[in-house]
Amino acid sequence: MDATSQAVAGKALRADGATPLLVVDDVTLQYKTADHLVTATWKVGFEVHAADRYVLLGPSGCGKTTILKAIAGFMAPVAGSITLAGRTIERPGPDRMMVFQEFDQLLPWRTVLGNVLFPLLVNRRLPRAAAVDHARALLAKVNLSRFEDVYPHMLSGGMKQRVAIARALAMEPAVLLMDEPFAALDALTRRKMQEELVALWEEVRFTVIFVTHSIEEALLIGNRILVLSPHPGRVKAELNAGHIGFSDMGTAAFDALQRRIHDLLFTDKIETALEARHERHS
Amino acid sequence: MNDIAERTLPPLRPERTVTLDAMGAVGDVARPLGPIERLTNITAVRRLAVLIVLAAAWEAYARYIANPLLFPSLTETLEAFWDAAARGPLIDRTLTSLQVLAGGYAAGLALAAIITTVAVSTRVGTDLLSTLTAMFNPLPAIALLPLALLWFGLGAKSLIFVIIHSVLWAVALNTHSGFMSVSPTLRMAGQNCGLRGLSYVALLLVPAAFPSILTGLKIGWAFAWRTLIAAELVFGASSRSGGLGWFIFENRNQLETASVFAGLLTVILIGLVVESVIFRAIENATVRKWGMQS
Repeated sequence: MDATSQAVAGKALRADGATPLLVVDDVTLQYKTADHLVTATWKVGFEVHAADRYVLLGPSGCGKTTILKAIAGFMAPVAGSITLAGRTIERPGPDRMMVFQEFDQLLPWRTVLGNVLFPLLVNRRLPRAAAVDHARALLAKVNLSRFEDVYPHMLSGGMKQRVAIARALAMEPAVLLMDEPFAALDALTRRKMQEELVALWEEVRFTVIFVTHSIEEALLIGNRILVLSPHPGRVKAELNAGHIGFSDMGTAAFDALQRRIHDLLFTDKIETALEARHERHS
Repeated sequence: MNDIAERTLPPLRPERTVTLDAMGAVGDVARPLGPIERLTNITAVRRLAVLIVLAAAWEAYARYIANPLLFPSLTETLEAFWDAAARGPLIDRTLTSLQVLAGGYAAGLALAAIITTVAVSTRVGTDLLSTLTAMFNPLPAIALLPLALLWFGLGAKSLIFVIIHSVLWAVALNTHSGFMSVSPTLRMAGQNCGLRGLSYVALLLVPAAFPSILTGLKIGWAFAWRTLIAAELVFGASSRSGGLGWFIFENRNQLETASVFAGLLTVILIGLVVESVIFRAIENATVRKWGMQS
């Protein structure tokens, strides 16, 4: 553990009496397109504790997916640091399993069971027989036991995402990273998946960082919500939503928090629109 | 304005909820097709019908011109085929050809695997591969035969050299473009699972690019087979056991036209078997089963 991460950990300890699992410390992220160097996030900092359902919420362009990719180890921060249990993240690894939005994250040449087994076998986590048992248990948890010998192309979108979740959870990652995993699903399936995910969390108590642009989804899934502003992504607010769940939908508390986040995001949009108009006139 | 809005309102109708009938009232949900329709849905059956028509046309035309020296009939060809296969050297010649082909094909694949692995891991490698394939892909392998004869002399070595040339670039080009078109999500998912270096290539890129690789293998095979027969037509008498091309050439010299036809038939048959039996079986067991190709 280097000096900075120790200092950060110490600070957090004083602040709320527990050591954070993941520390994102003033991280600036940039990526290159064909002709631009884009700053995706600017000095974004937050802490995730064990068993958090931590939601990164913001409009497109706020760099929430880029932050998730940096935590996953696919890109390095230009400034700041990301540490998991005190160690700086350097490369992708199965301790930070990721569930993507796209359905093609599954290996089409492997069955449902084969997909869940894949990371277990690649990392030699368990002997084969034990790995199969473990994978089957995970598939049972996401209600896919009947489909273990089916190839991914025969599954519906929701089932594919459940396989991806089972595959990620099978590795028992320190943090589960989810990049808008339900965004490409139809509304009914999405609601069902949200409920299943929270039920699964109740059972397993994994730590998850969940990226979404839906305020409602953030409220239903998260216990803590980081609201980000776009171009570049900066922290706008960090809110608690652990007291709000599916049974609170339509209540005054739910609506109030939803309205509060909406205002946080919306005022920002008005400002940018005004700025843009101002720039055009000058 | 208001008037129009009022006039275009849809009528208010009563609501309704329906208790669904038992399925028996609906009748069959799915019904099997008739036997003739099912039969004509089988590709093999339709292809066979085409083949029978072509064979009949051949036989009729050959009998009409009645000149076995120039155009033997199907029956004469089949007789010569049977004769050459049972008593003559046809089987031997074919085996010789296939042996050389297998050697050259395997060597070509191995080289292609090495080159694409290097190409996919470094940018210089990618540029090298692109330049080499751009240069050598349009060059017909048979054009290298004179040079090959100069370097390796008459014999299997020269044949293998031209076969490698015909396989290597087609397979390398298709494999590399297959690697390049693997979706970013799948790449990230693979790295996320802990794949790196060679295991990343072998366990993720190769299966993910398998449709393209298979296309490359098919093109490579077709190139190799044609190149081999053509090369054997040019020489092949050097060693005691010539190949199929030599069989054709030999019989033409002796004006055994029916045997020439039998040799050509063998070339076609082997081509068909490899295309529609071997490669089809590989396709069915892989890319079709995985839903990566319809």
